[in-house]
Amino acid sequence: MMDAMGAPQSVLVLGGSSEIAVATVNALPHSRLRRVLLAGRPSSARHHAVETLVAAGVAGVNSVDFDATDTQTHQQVIDAVFDEGDIDLVILAFGMLGDQAAAEADPSLAVQVATTNYTGAVSVGLHVARRLRLQGHGTLVVISSVAGDRVRRANFVYGSTKAGLDAFAQGLGDALHGSGASVMVVRPGFVRTRMTAGMPEAPMTVDATDVATAIVSGLRKGKHTVYAPGPLRFVMAAMKTLPRPVFRKVAERQG
Amino acid sequence: MTITEPVSPLQRVPGEQLLTGWGRTCPSLARVVRPSSVDEIRNLVAHAGSRGVLARGLGRSYGDAAQDSGGVVLDMTSMADITLDPTAGTVTCGAGASIDQLLRTLVPAGYFVPVTPGTRMITVGGAIAADVHGKNHHVDGSFGAHVQNMDVVNGAGKVVTVSPKKKPDQFWATVGGMGLTGVVTQATFDLIPITSSMIAVDTDRLPDLDAVMASMVEHDAKYRYSVAWIDSVSSSGRGIITRGDHAPAALLTDAGDPLAYDPKIVATAPAFIPSGLLNKLTVRAFNEAWFRKAPKHRVGELQPIGEFFHPLDGVQEWNRVYGPGGFVQYQFVVPDAAGYLIAYALRRLREVGAPSFLTVLKRFGAANPAPLSFPQPGWTLAADVPARIDGLGAVLDELDELVAGAGGRLYFAKDSRQSSAMVLRTYPQLDQWRSVRQSMDPRAVFTSDLARRLGL
Ligand SMILES: Cc1cc2nc3c(=O)[nH]c(=O)nc-3n(C[C@H](O)[C@H](O)[C@H](O)COP(=O)(O)OP(=O)(O)OC[C@H]3O[C@@H](n4cnc5c(N)ncnc54)[C@H](O)[C@@H]3O)c2cc1C
Ligand SMILES: NC(=O)c1ccc[n+]([C@@H]2O[C@H](COP(=O)([O-])OP(=O)(O)OC[C@H]3O[C@@H](n4cnc5c(N)ncnc54)[C@H](OP(=O)(O)O)[C@@H]3O)[C@@H](O)[C@H]2O)c1
Repeated sequence: MMDAMGAPQSVLVLGGSSEIAVATVNALPHSRLRRVLLAGRPSSARHHAVETLVAAGVAGVNSVDFDATDTQTHQQVIDAVFDEGDIDLVILAFGMLGDQAAAEADPSLAVQVATTNYTGAVSVGLHVARRLRLQGHGTLVVISSVAGDRVRRANFVYGSTKAGLDAFAQGLGDALHGSGASVMVVRPGFVRTRMTAGMPEAPMTVDATDVATAIVSGLRKGKHTVYAPGPLRFVMAAMKTLPRPVFRKVAERQG
Repeated sequence: MTITEPVSPLQRVPGEQLLTGWGRTCPSLARVVRPSSVDEIRNLVAHAGSRGVLARGLGRSYGDAAQDSGGVVLDMTSMADITLDPTAGTVTCGAGASIDQLLRTLVPAGYFVPVTPGTRMITVGGAIAADVHGKNHHVDGSFGAHVQNMDVVNGAGKVVTVSPKKKPDQFWATVGGMGLTGVVTQATFDLIPITSSMIAVDTDRLPDLDAVMASMVEHDAKYRYSVAWIDSVSSSGRGIITRGDHAPAALLTDAGDPLAYDPKIVATAPAFIPSGLLNKLTVRAFNEAWFRKAPKHRVGELQPIGEFFHPLDGVQEWNRVYGPGGFVQYQFVVPDAAGYLIAYALRRLREVGAPSFLTVLKRFGAANPAPLSFPQPGWTLAADVPARIDGLGAVLDELDELVAGAGGRLYFAKDSRQSSAMVLRTYPQLDQWRSVRQSMDPRAVFTSDLARRLGL
């Protein structure tokens, strides 16, 4: 059970090797954690994520095989996890940035991004919601992105999948309203992780640990939406009001 | 041809209700049923699903004790028959009867409940399951000490009658057992004979915590009832001690019925309160006014039962003043030798900026044999604090550590955040309780969010 300080005892991470998700688990009060499942494709990154949390003193860390694009398996994966015991917190963290230019040249690459970030999330998100609803409590944290708040020419494939994911997560949150289960949407800006390694940093760039702090504080306060860093909320609110031609120029300058 | 509409698993089912404790933190969903007979309860228990069954009284426990997410919660308030036995000086009532209902019947007949908490809006089932204490703990012990016998529906759906003599281990596992050994359906307990509905109260306003504690050590034994309110905002720890006993009818000067009893609700807190309303400034102002209002030393003031025992009940739903984030009540007990922890806890709560207008200090007397009962000899401090204060979790964890180290513990009925490790350390009879519970409920039908959180 989540306690009154917003500390969960059991966590399922979908996209178990995500640096943001691992930092988030690490930022939760370790004394309350008993079961942490990192679900993802078998890889050295997933192995490393397990080791990082174990070394940090987190109890009950294990990995689970999960592929966001293999939607046929989602029901079985989720049911197996919940049948073993309640999950207080699910972090939907998987996602891929893709290469915009390559995707424009080869739309099948765009499909891959869309299948992972949107289709996969819709599938597993609904299975998770069904089980949270049954157990009568629990929070689903969905890692969206400011890239979906106002989609830019430079990464509109990725941005549009996050816009879809974000809208899905909001709707799911409304569907679960009053059910004891809830959804928290997280919109990070540019975060220094392996996903963005080598890319020029945008203004207001933060580290995975900063996003983690914002998520943990949001959980404690029962927030529905969290920006990281927080002031991005106002930047994005302003961006959304810009007329298309103006926004195009602003976005171009930002690259 | 029939067309069956697909049913969404996200859809609400009739009867489902979002429940929280009095602190309004950690809501969870359960199917709430309101049984009106023992057979109905037996049937619900016998057909329990995988997420179990739990009895709930009036939901005045602060945390998640009266919640069973995804399961079936029995609202016990229909089981409320009250039968007074004036020759024995006892009452037999349904476990859903409230102290409020009991007092309305008992006081005019010349009786008082053996123990009442700071609110009368609790049920007898809740009083037994949490083994509640009152201002008379140092003299009379907790509620369970006054129960002669009770009926419990166990995990097999069978009714067992237990008492301190008959199946004493099951009796004491149920006292303080937080609803996890079965559903108490009915109880018989002793009463305090009274000749008036007034309390003769002595009040002392003292300039600092040392003076408050010294006075309690020196004088509490002379009074049946004693409690101190502490100004948690002031670094002095100044406070007001109110002590008293039931006034004999002869002390009453006016002509009316000395046993007249009619407590009133004077106000209801507004439904929506912005979270910023209760802050350090408003609490400081309230505490200052409250402290000034009290006389420095007054003897023998006659107060009605409601004013003395249940001042908060005058304002309905006052728990809303903490806003949508809810609040926690941190209550611990430590042995006398660790009395210094009271000052330290008050300091740490002040430092983290936790404004509290309800901070109460009391001395406990002897413990009873119930393995999970909270009271033990020493000091108990209870402080209400808003749940969302930054850094609160770490400060409370730090205090837990000191409380555990000093041989103290926390109160399950108020808890919404302690760790399972803390429980293991501070309730040494937990395993003994578990084995009795196992014998009463081998299928583990009875469970709660508190039990899940603390791995009870
Ligand atoms: C303003 C205020 C002041 C308080 N002051 C005090 C105080 O001075 N001293 C003190 O000790 N406590 C105090 N409390 C706490 C309160 O007395 C306890 O939490 C009490 O258990 C609440 O009773 P309830 O009927 O509301 O039970 P609930 O809160 O509904 O349930 C509490 C527990 O009892 C179990 N339970 C309820 N009915 C039954 C049943 N029929 N059979 C089996 N289990 C059952 C539930 O499963 C749950 O575990 C105070 C609370 C408030 C809000
Ligand atoms: N970094 C940023 O600037 C930024 C900004 C805003 C939002 N976000 C979002 O934050 C989330 C976490 O990203 P991050 O920064 O922590 O980067 P990350 O470490 O690269 O995490 C991405 C995760 O997604 C997983 N994943 C990708 N495809 C998958 C699939 N088909 N099945 C299962 N898992 C899959 C990856 O697993 P593998 O190891 O198997 O590839 C990896 O664990 C992502 O949704 C990202 O879009 C990131």
